[in-house]
Amino acid sequence: MKIETLTDTPPEPMERRHAGPAPARLVVGYGFWIFILSDIVMFSALFAAYAVLSGNTAGGPTGAELFNLRNVFILTMCLLFSSYTCGLGVLSAERLRPDGFLIFAALTFVLGAAFLFIEISEFAGMISKGAGPSRSAFLSAFFTLVGMHGTHVALGLLWLVFMMAQVVAKGLRAVVRRRVLCFSLFWHALDIVWIGVMTLVYLMGVER
Amino acid sequence: MTGDDHVRDDRTPGVEQHEAMASVLWYTVGLGLAIVATIASFVVAQTNLLWPPGISVGLIVLALAQIGVHLVFFLHLGSGPDDTNNILALAFGVLIVFLVIAGSIWIVANLNANMTTMPMQ
Repeated sequence: MKIETLTDTPPEPMERRHAGPAPARLVVGYGFWIFILSDIVMFSALFAAYAVLSGNTAGGPTGAELFNLRNVFILTMCLLFSSYTCGLGVLSAERLRPDGFLIFAALTFVLGAAFLFIEISEFAGMISKGAGPSRSAFLSAFFTLVGMHGTHVALGLLWLVFMMAQVVAKGLRAVVRRRVLCFSLFWHALDIVWIGVMTLVYLMGVER
Repeated sequence: MTGDDHVRDDRTPGVEQHEAMASVLWYTVGLGLAIVATIASFVVAQTNLLWPPGISVGLIVLALAQIGVHLVFFLHLGSGPDDTNNILALAFGVLIVFLVIAGSIWIVANLNANMTTMPMQ
């Protein structure tokens, strides 16, 4: 396989060119990859709004006064480790081990729920300090961007519960494995978006 | 088509058909690299290890490096011919993201620079 792809322009066998439609797994995976990229394009609009508005604090609190980097580090690690356990869950699913999948999915859920809990308590703390989304353009953009990411995490957790229920009820048949694969793409993509949030919003906001 | 058979000439992100890459070790290496990049970002942001005006650039470089680690080790995107479709879609997404973010910052910075300040009475 490796050697075959490395030689330049191997002669294409006829049966490969006329192999009929691609298998469902490839079509589903590629389609979901396109959806994820469009989701990231949607996030880019929110990132652009934040980048443009982050200086407009209207005399209110700035990012440096509000953000607690220790919390942000914990949030980052929760999401990173949940991405790791999600990947291991997919490996278990591919190897047709439902028990392994359920254990790793449960770990992913716990880490994702911890992320959401810390983020919501941080939001509640900011709002109680009078730094809610209506205080300034900076805070409106902040709550929109970070809140949208948090909404995605919450929906992802809901999806994960459904996937665990499906693996229990239906077993790791091909259609369930395709859904597990789509979920893992979604979850890894959320971690990639969080790297942007962590860098642009928190680290650069505190440093400014 | 059952969707079960492994074909050799196309790939979907997140799935690895080379045994070497579809392993716990591969994910663990990715996790280690991502942790290193995260810690480096936090250190750079909070110390004067980098020349202070260069901190933003350093943070962006570290973020891009970490995104690369995630794409390769968690989403298993490679540079082989099997991945061409996925990489092309990704490249188009990156182009749009770049246009939206850089274009917005550029336009609004220009707008702010050309804004006439209100004369104080």
